[in-house]
Amino acid sequence: MDLTTQSFIALAPLLITSATIIVVMLAIAWRRNHSQTFLLSVAGLNLALLSIIPALKVAPLAVTPLMQIDNFACLYMALILVATLACVTLAHAYLGDGGSGYPGNREELYLLILMAAAGGLVLVSAQHLAGLFVGLELLSVPVYGLVAYAFFNKRSLEAGIKYMVLSAAGSAFLLFGMALLYADAGSLSFSGIGKALATTSMPSLLAQLGLSMMLVGLAFKLSLVPFHLWTPDVYEGAPAPVAAFLATASKVAVFAVVVRLFQLSPAASSGVLQDVLAVIAVASILIGNLLALTQTNLKRLLGYSSIAHFGYLLIALVASKGLALEAIGVYLVTYVITSLGAFGVITLMSSPYNGRDADALYEYRGLFWRRPYLTAVLTVMMLSLAGIPLTAGFIGKFYIIATGVESHLWWLIGTLVLGSAIGVFYYLRVMVTLFLIEPNLRRHDAPLNWEQRTGGVMLLAIAILAFVLGVYPQPLLDMVQHAGFQLVG
Amino acid sequence: MILPWLILIPFIGGLLCWVGERFGATLPRWIALLTMSTLLALGLWLWTTGNYTLAPAPGADPAWALEFKLSWIERFGISVHLALDGLSLLMILLTGLLGVLSVLCSWKEIQRHVGFFHLNLMWILGGVVGVFLALDLFLFFFFWEMMLVPMYFLIALWGHSSTDGKKTRIYAATKFFIFTQASGLIMLVAILGLVLVNYNSTGVITFDYSQLLHTQMSKGTEYVLMLGFFIAFAVKLPIVPFHSWLPDAHAQAPTAGSVDLAGILLKTAAYGMLRFALPLFPNASAEWAPVAMTLGLIGIFYGAFLAFAQTDIKRLVAFSSVSHMGFVLIGIYSGSQQALQGAVIQMLAHGLSAAALFILCGQLYERMHTRDMREMGGLWSRIAYLPGISLFFAAASLGLPVTGNFVGEFLILIGTFPVAPVVTVIATSGLVFGSVYSLIMIHRAYFGPSKSDTVLAGMDGREMIMVVGLAGLLILLGVFPQPFLDTSAATMHGVQQWFSSAFTQLASAR
Repeated sequence: MDLTTQSFIALAPLLITSATIIVVMLAIAWRRNHSQTFLLSVAGLNLALLSIIPALKVAPLAVTPLMQIDNFACLYMALILVATLACVTLAHAYLGDGGSGYPGNREELYLLILMAAAGGLVLVSAQHLAGLFVGLELLSVPVYGLVAYAFFNKRSLEAGIKYMVLSAAGSAFLLFGMALLYADAGSLSFSGIGKALATTSMPSLLAQLGLSMMLVGLAFKLSLVPFHLWTPDVYEGAPAPVAAFLATASKVAVFAVVVRLFQLSPAASSGVLQDVLAVIAVASILIGNLLALTQTNLKRLLGYSSIAHFGYLLIALVASKGLALEAIGVYLVTYVITSLGAFGVITLMSSPYNGRDADALYEYRGLFWRRPYLTAVLTVMMLSLAGIPLTAGFIGKFYIIATGVESHLWWLIGTLVLGSAIGVFYYLRVMVTLFLIEPNLRRHDAPLNWEQRTGGVMLLAIAILAFVLGVYPQPLLDMVQHAGFQLVG
Repeated sequence: MILPWLILIPFIGGLLCWVGERFGATLPRWIALLTMSTLLALGLWLWTTGNYTLAPAPGADPAWALEFKLSWIERFGISVHLALDGLSLLMILLTGLLGVLSVLCSWKEIQRHVGFFHLNLMWILGGVVGVFLALDLFLFFFFWEMMLVPMYFLIALWGHSSTDGKKTRIYAATKFFIFTQASGLIMLVAILGLVLVNYNSTGVITFDYSQLLHTQMSKGTEYVLMLGFFIAFAVKLPIVPFHSWLPDAHAQAPTAGSVDLAGILLKTAAYGMLRFALPLFPNASAEWAPVAMTLGLIGIFYGAFLAFAQTDIKRLVAFSSVSHMGFVLIGIYSGSQQALQGAVIQMLAHGLSAAALFILCGQLYERMHTRDMREMGGLWSRIAYLPGISLFFAAASLGLPVTGNFVGEFLILIGTFPVAPVVTVIATSGLVFGSVYSLIMIHRAYFGPSKSDTVLAGMDGREMIMVVGLAGLLILLGVFPQPFLDTSAATMHGVQQWFSSAFTQLASAR
């Protein structure tokens, strides 16, 4: 297959991100400067984001058998780039300027985040198991470093090692699964696998085993029950902006590739696997929500809540027809906005870095009476996570319920209702803590002028977005609706 | 254009209250008072000018006194569709009136964070007005869930924890929120089910009430969807197995919260049944009616017995609400015009009398700093006026003639008798227990030996105006209910027609 100009235009977001990585690397080698590195990364990411517009014009286009740039890929690329931008901005506030703040080298964090983002871009456009694996590793390996970035903090180091070991185990499962699948289907491309599996009414035992093992590997990355054990520890240990990246960009990319795999080879999710997915969904929703109940650490709480949220998303994946694709898109967008907002508040509360993050719930007591706008942001995010109207989260939940009702998945819908009821309890607990009368203890606080810094501006914009999408979601729905699949034969 | 303003005024007023706090602690109170008075005045103006013989009825396209429609989310055919008929107007009048009162009754009680308090108060009322006006099911659900958040804050931040420290205000607020939110989600599932059934038969995705009224569905589907709606309304009304959030929320809430909760929020459930559950699913509702009436009966007695056993005066009034709402439920599901009209009057009368009782409890609490009736007793000699007025509202609550409650209960019972004589007979005996708990409340709090001889402060002008005004309105409702009956007549006639055709079908099927 020849690469034409068109292919390069289609690949532009990925190419520009990769170029940014090299430029940032060289710039660091030439002169260490925090602000310069930050500006270069932001400029590169913005350029990559803009280059999606020309890429949309040439879509859908298969660039090499590995990747397919279509509207679906473009939507998720945009989502990943936006999430990365937000994380980079948060990281800038978190690492701090001059003497105060993070004591080690600050610049490499941007490098690692950019590499992980490039991996995410590969992943969302992968249509081939090789592309999937390359993307997944490019996404995961820099994240090991990111999680352990505050390595003189014991927890961060521990989290990094834990994540690395488990993630490597997950990758091993994935590879084994791919091998088994290849042995059965004789093809590595998603559609090829789909065709091979569709020839028989029921996928063979070998293929089912292969798919299950792949599912194990992917479920690790998505932290679905029973592969969720790393999540709270890693979320707690990782520096707040990294946790934000892990919760948003990383998970979105993996989920997008799962969606593409199951859409292009529908047989892959039929039969036993569908039941397995349903069971995982129920377990994730219930266990995620139940374990979140007793948490007193905000980052751990968000970790468990993200387990539950991906359980909700699986409902749409199980339905996998009708509204499902749209629902997944809308839900992921609202989830990314909400998570970025929640982690953003934690980041700003812990900025600049001073040894540990402000993640204990008691540190947020009475925040409203000190920092009303920051509290308003976190309140909107908690309501959005709980799926209360007037926030973006409600639109996402509405879509998931609509999908479930459409596909008659009554058990899953029942679990969702139950899970939301449990979820409300701990979201409310966080929310009301913010408004309680403040104690005398004040270890951490956001800087007084937080609204005027880039991180603060970005956070307020996210909060406003979460509110506006909750009140007037039509533009988002239009956008996602056009991001369907063009099946290439 | 006036309908969206009815919703927007409280929301904007609430924001102004918050901002206004910077310029003085009393400014938010005045802004809130002005906002609610405007709402009430607009409601009264609509009452005098509108034509309330227009109301939705089976067979024809629904006609409304006023209507407003604006496209919102085209993807699902969702629009901001508001409409007003007699029933919604009466409910909005009640909302405006109780809004004014809840601002007044927190004038002295709330001293912390006044601006934020009034923001929450105004937003609850805005959400409630939205519920009463929404005709798009998505919009209805939107407002239904939205009003929970400010109510949660109101209880959690300005409430009172119980004296033994076992039940905190946050516990009560969270319980309230989870009960209503979870049941609301079940309703959302039912709404989506209805929309999809309609979509499968007509090919149009719409959440619009007037179009969904024509949905063709099988018997089983209709029954299941009806149950989804019924559960949400049953929790909010509340009906007995789902009532346990109510006494906790009431006991822990500040006075204004209790007034809104008992006076208006419970009415949204009854309104939802009359507006949505019955017209959308008439056949299933007719089949369900005996069960609903039985649940109503259980509510009447259970509420009355538990009210009798309470020592906390606010919990007593809360359980009496459960009992009164049992009557409303029976009236709604009897399907006779008289009983339906009675249910409307009962809703209004209960809104007024329960609000008054909660305001009086609040005034008592401000003086005694306890709600425990074991520590009261003999108050008749220690506080001027307040005991006498309490006696009046206790009498109203037990359904004494001359008060609106009598008219409501009388109409419900007389209207239900031809349809379900057994239920009526049992329900009537429930009135006896109503008298028991009402009088025991008065007896425990105001009569008997006095615990102390110190005379407590009498009622000031503000406190007097609130309760005397309510008493006047309750008497007006009791002796001259005709204007209210006329206003809601057309709407209730429509509901009755839906129901009666379903009943005849049901009877012929047997």
